[in-house]
Parts: sequence; structure tokens; C-alpha cells
Amino acid sequence: MSEHRKFRFGVAVHGALLAAGVAAATMVAPPAAAETTLKAVVHADLKILDPVWTTAFITNRHGYLIYDNLFGLNSKFEPQPQMVDKWTVSADKLTYTFTLRPGMKWHDGMPVTAADCVASLLRSWKREPMGQRLASFVASLDVVDASTFRLTLKEAYGLVLETLGKAATPAFMMPERIAKTDAMTQITEYVGSGPFIFVKDEWRPGNKVVYRKFADYVPRKEKADYLSGGKVAKVDRLEWLYIPDHNTALSALQAGEIDYYEAPPLDFVAVLEKNPKLQVIDIDPLGTQGVLRPNHLYPPFNNPKARQALLHIVKQEDYMRAVVGNPRLYRKFCGAYFMCGSDNESDVGAEPLRKQDFAKAKQLLKEAGYNGEKIVVMQPTDRAQYNAATMVTIQNLRKAGVNVDVQAMDWSTLLSRRAKKDPPYEGGYHIFHTTQGGPDTAMPVANTWFNSRCEKANPGWACDLELDKLVEEWSRESDRTKRKAILERIQKRAYESVPYVIYGQYTQPIAVRANVKGVLKAGIPIYWNIEKQ
Amino acid sequence: MWVYVIRRILAVIPVMAVVAVVVFLILHLSPEDPAAIIAGDNAKSEDIDAIRQRLGLDRPLLIQFLEWVGRLLTGDLGSSIFLNRPVLQLIGERVEPTAALAVTTTIFSVVLAIPLGVVAAWKAGTWIDQLIMGLAVLAFSFPVFLIGYGLVYGLALEWELLPVQGFVSLSEDPGRFLAHLVLPTIALGLVYTALLARMTRATMLEILNEDYIRTARAKGLANGRVLIVHALKNAAVPIVTTVGVGIALLIGGVVVTESVFAIPGVGRLTIDAVLQRDYPVIQGVILAVAGVYVLINLAIDLTYTVLDPRIRY
Repeated sequence: MSEHRKFRFGVAVHGALLAAGVAAATMVAPPAAAETTLKAVVHADLKILDPVWTTAFITNRHGYLIYDNLFGLNSKFEPQPQMVDKWTVSADKLTYTFTLRPGMKWHDGMPVTAADCVASLLRSWKREPMGQRLASFVASLDVVDASTFRLTLKEAYGLVLETLGKAATPAFMMPERIAKTDAMTQITEYVGSGPFIFVKDEWRPGNKVVYRKFADYVPRKEKADYLSGGKVAKVDRLEWLYIPDHNTALSALQAGEIDYYEAPPLDFVAVLEKNPKLQVIDIDPLGTQGVLRPNHLYPPFNNPKARQALLHIVKQEDYMRAVVGNPRLYRKFCGAYFMCGSDNESDVGAEPLRKQDFAKAKQLLKEAGYNGEKIVVMQPTDRAQYNAATMVTIQNLRKAGVNVDVQAMDWSTLLSRRAKKDPPYEGGYHIFHTTQGGPDTAMPVANTWFNSRCEKANPGWACDLELDKLVEEWSRESDRTKRKAILERIQKRAYESVPYVIYGQYTQPIAVRANVKGVLKAGIPIYWNIEKQ
Repeated sequence: MWVYVIRRILAVIPVMAVVAVVVFLILHLSPEDPAAIIAGDNAKSEDIDAIRQRLGLDRPLLIQFLEWVGRLLTGDLGSSIFLNRPVLQLIGERVEPTAALAVTTTIFSVVLAIPLGVVAAWKAGTWIDQLIMGLAVLAFSFPVFLIGYGLVYGLALEWELLPVQGFVSLSEDPGRFLAHLVLPTIALGLVYTALLARMTRATMLEILNEDYIRTARAKGLANGRVLIVHALKNAAVPIVTTVGVGIALLIGGVVVTESVFAIPGVGRLTIDAVLQRDYPVIQGVILAVAGVYVLINLAIDLTYTVLDPRIRY
């Protein structure tokens, strides 16, 4: 062989070796699983493990896996006993006595006691707004015996069970030694009594969270219904994967590398629905409410007329087309502050929102003293849904003659900035967009952005003490008919005060492989009752 | 030479000090607030204020800086605001995926690019040269994420040959470790292959016109021997420089590849920390990457002495 040929041969061998190496790597198959593992791509990275310390949704969902609750909502949004076996209320409605189910254990094998539950409630009520409200009515919370505790009220309050069974940021039960941690300090031990155990050693922040089935969990005998009933873990191991790139997550689901995709982008839904190996499931009967939030601290939106003008610039269908796209996933119109589809749905006062009217908006802005000043709108460019809603608002504000100052930023910056009370031109803002949803939004006392307690309200600081008085009145009333009447007065007042503008109501479905069965319509992704066939 | 090595290592100290000050100031002077992110979407201002106070983020900047520097001098990079875990531990957990990707990408690029560059120079002006250089331009022109999605679609989804995403540790399963690295290595490696192939070709063309190459050919030496022993060895210094800089760029620049293939490496750690304003993690990663850059540059300089006996320190 000539030197020339030898060199060519060498090059060829070199290439073949490289190709063989790649091929060898491709032929290695993953080992067969010894246990049932469900792999789910979750909507965010789990970083904080204390559900009292943060309101982050991902931490809340982690809480539902490893902790249990005293009460849980059923699909009619009624609180049902969960850890509680039986409960009684005195005739004057001031004394509630709760007895725990027998046989419940913590993940460390110790029995669940009434003292644990009392300590957990007290810690949660220091941070959670609906719990804070209940705490203001509480005279005492006492341990009666190992499985019984008593709640005594100073005066009757209509939402005791609703508070104990609320869906978002509920009071999760922890062992007393953990629950005694200061509410402003993160817990460092993660022992619950829920259907799954958190496997700390396998937790890789930014990548994977692992849970395994809690063999000693005693589920209720009732069938699982929304967040109530028997929480039966049907997989041995649950892996939460954090894949921030949606295309990668979609490909992984299509390839069968994952089983469950918690929050596929809404524009992927059509692709997912066409794939016979996948199922798209609506798990949230209520859905998500779009919130256009003005800053009530500064002109022009410190004047109700300017906020009412915002009602006239919004046409919900335009927002939903931009944000959601697929008409199956949104309502054409929803004027109910407390969610369409809930018991508290009401259309009272919603007429201004029903018909877009730029002339009326201009007139109201003028009456509010608006004179062409710049209106700072924060645009979160890294959140597709919020970004789309913001762009519709910007266009509509301009049509109403508003001088819009669009300030683009990422969501983290927006979160930081919206919490600042600075004037709009000195680091503050006039408008931002967000969303909320679920049974909490359907209740005047728990609806985050409806809270109109001025300084104590959420960013944007809605301030209408008259409205707050009505909410207070509603919360004290336990008669459903009377409550409904008060609720209509609340909504009527809200459309005058405008704590925020509803820009639509829509559903965020999940996507799973076809062999995943038993997904519950629980409002949020939960992982009990699910099996792989 | 040891004096030179020690001098270079000591020179790292002022570089790192400048990096530390600049990074700290840039992060802390920006208006973002990690407390607002920790508190969550539905938090009230009073909760955010309480968390800020608890984390010590409301203290004067100078105090925060001095505390951080004090810890730094003892080798403590601090703890993540969100995870409450040491930054060094977090970086340690993420080193394997990034290092593995950097190594496989470097091997892939070197193994592919140097022969291609040599062949292109050897066949300069022919269709082979034009084909190789044309492919190099193509590899340069496609963004990494596009190549990544293309590979996933073809090799993972359509042909089902390779996994779409994720990382498996070498100690856990060597076979799956390799399988998970093939697609990201190709996606990331093509650009470096193109760069290295062009650099090799250009350097080789220069060398091939030297008198001593003509002499070697006149003596009747075979093409392979002339190209590899005489030409390639003398072209090694600029090629090694490019490879070294490439490794440094890989370590700092794998963010896109790690995101597309869901690899939990240092790049993803950085981007997550930036998005969440986890100051200690951002500061720690930047300092660590800066240190790696300096060390790689030192290693490149030392390699010169092996490749070219005329270079001495």
C-alpha cells in the first residue's frame, strides 16, 4: 500500500471509529424499571420546600404530596373531612371540636396527634391571609386529647371549615417539633403524613425531585373527588423533572421519556391532541382568571373613574385569542370576579366590561383628570401568556388616547418592581398583568387581587374599605342564601371600585401519555390515584 | 518555569478581586429583589419586606459586601438564598454534566476537525477543500438550538435512536451516560469543529509553503508523513490555542445546549440563578468560571513549551 493510500486508509479508519463510537452509544438501552415510576415535567423548579414560607405554586403542590390536610374540597367546592374523622359544632357556632382519624402516621413512623395539628394551624395562620382572618376570630385553640382538639371563637365566623380546607396555600399538617419553627424561618426537616415521601437525598434542584409512596399511609375510604376522598398512591415512585425548554419537554413526552406534562404551552395543545399516544386533559373545572392590575396609589388610577375606563377598553375575546388561541379552552366572556362556574358566579355590575367603548373610556379618563401623562405598563417578555395580554392592553390603551410607556422586562424583575410603592416614573408602575385561579379565587376573602385593604392589599394596593366591609360581612354569614345576596352587593361595588379588570377566564390543560390513567380533576396537578397501565 | 507558573497563579488574585467587585456591584445595584421572587406570585408587600429583612438584604451594601468578601477569603462562597445550601456544593453537583459535555465536545471537535482541516489544506483549491470549507460555513451559520432541535427531531423522535433529554452520571450507567451525551455533543461540537477545521487548514496552508516541507517532499517522504510529522506538528501551537480557548468558551457557554437538552450543568445553574436573582450563586459561579478560564490559559501557555522547544518561560 502506498503512503498516499495509507494516509487515506488512516482517515477512513478514523471516521469509522468515530461512527462506531456514536453507534455503540446509541445502542445502549435503559435498564428495565423494577418499580412503577411516574415521570412528570412540572411548571417550575422546586427550590423552597416550606409551604408556609412562600406562596409559590410549585411549593404548594409539593405540599400536597407529602403533607395532608384537615379538610379537603370536593368537586362542588365544599370542605370535606380529610385527616379529620368527625367534627362537631356547638349550637352557638362558637366551639368546633375535631377528632382525627385513627392510625395516621408521620413519615418517620410517629403517630399524628392533635398537638401536631394545633401547632401546624398556628404556624400557617401567621402567614396565610384567610388563616389570619380566621385567627382574628379565635379565642383559643386547645388540645383535648391525643386525637382531639377544640377551636373556640370569640364570635361566629362563617368560613371555619372553608379556611381549614382551602385549596391554595392550605394549612398543611406537620409534626409539632417542625411546626413550632418561626413562620418567617424556613423549616429544614420535611416530614409529613401525606401519600408520598420526599426523598431528600435524590433531590437535585434545577433538575429532579423524587418522591416515593408512603406505605403506611391510610387513605380515606371515600372515592377521590377533587382534593377530598381517598388519596391512594398507585405508583411506587414519582419523579418531578424540571425541563424549562417547552420544545424539549414536548419532545420528551412524545418520545415516552416522561409520562406527564403539567403545563404545556397553550399553542402546543393542538399538536398534542393529534398524537394518539397522548391525552390532553382539562383538570381544572374553574380555570384561570386573567388580571389587569392598575396601581391604585398614583394618578390617574387612584381615581375610580380611571379604573372604570379600563373596563371599557377591554374586550375579553381579543385577549383570549392572543393569550390562548384555541376557543375550546376559554370562555367568550366572564364578568364574575369570583369565577364563572363557581357557586359565587355573578354577572351583577359587569355591563361596562361586556362592551368595548373607547369613547366612554376617553371620557372617564378625562373626568379622572388624565391629561396625556405617560402610563407605565410593565411587559414581561419571558412569560408568553402575560406578554400577550400586555400587548393587547397596550394597543387598547393607545386606542383610548393614552400615552403608553411600555417597559419590557423579565418576570422576576416585574415581581420585584410591582412590590415597590415608588411613583411610576421613579421605579414604580401603573399597570401589570397576572393570573389567578381555583376555588380560592371564587371566594371574596381568599381572592388575592380582590383584597382591597389598602396597605394590606397585594401590589397595586386596591383601597376600598367599603368593599372590604362587605367582604367581612360575607365571611361572617353562614347562611348560603344570605351570602349570595351579600355577594351580589360585593360584585356591584367592585365594578364601581375596580380592584382589577378581568381580561378573561381560560383553562390550562395537562398532557399525559395514553397509558396514564386515573388523573383527577382536582384543579391543580396532583399525583395520587394515577396509575401507569 | 516554576517561577513563571507561581507568578501566573499569583496574577489570578487581582483578576479575581476585580471580577468579585464588579459582579457584586452589578448584581446588587440592579433594582431586582430576590425576596419578591421567594415570596411567590401572590405575596403581599409586608411578606416580601419580612423576607428581605430575614435574608439581610435590607442592610447597607457595604456591610453585605464586606461580609461576602470575608467569607470568600475563607473559601466560603456563601449559600443560595433560595435553597439554603452552600454554593460550592451546588456547583459541585453541576460540574460533572458540564465537564462531561466539554470533554466529549472537545474530543468530537478535535477528532473531526483536525483531519478535515489537514485534508482541506492538502487538497487546497480542489472540490474536496471546497466541500469541507462549505460544510464548515454551514456549521458556523446554524445556531446551536436549531441544530439541537433538528437532531432531537431526527435521531430521537423519528428514528428513536437516542434519548431526547437529560443526563445520567458516568458512575450510574456508562452506557446511558454516553447515549445522553451524543446529541448535545454533536449540537455543540459542530460550531467548534468548523472553527477548528478552518484554523487547522489556514495554519497548515502556511506551513505547507515553507521550505522545509518542500525539502521533505524532495527527499521522497510520503504525503502522510509530511503532513502529520512535519507540517501538523509545527502547526500545533495555534491549533492548541484554539482548542484551549474553545474549552474555556464551552465551560462558560453551554447554557443553550444544557437548556435544549435539559442537562443539569453549570450553565443551567447560572441561568436559573440569574432568573431568580440568587446573588450568592451567580457570584460563586462567575468567580469559579473566571478561575477556570485563568487556569486553562495557563495550561495552554505551558503546553507551548512541549510543542515548541524554542518557547521557554
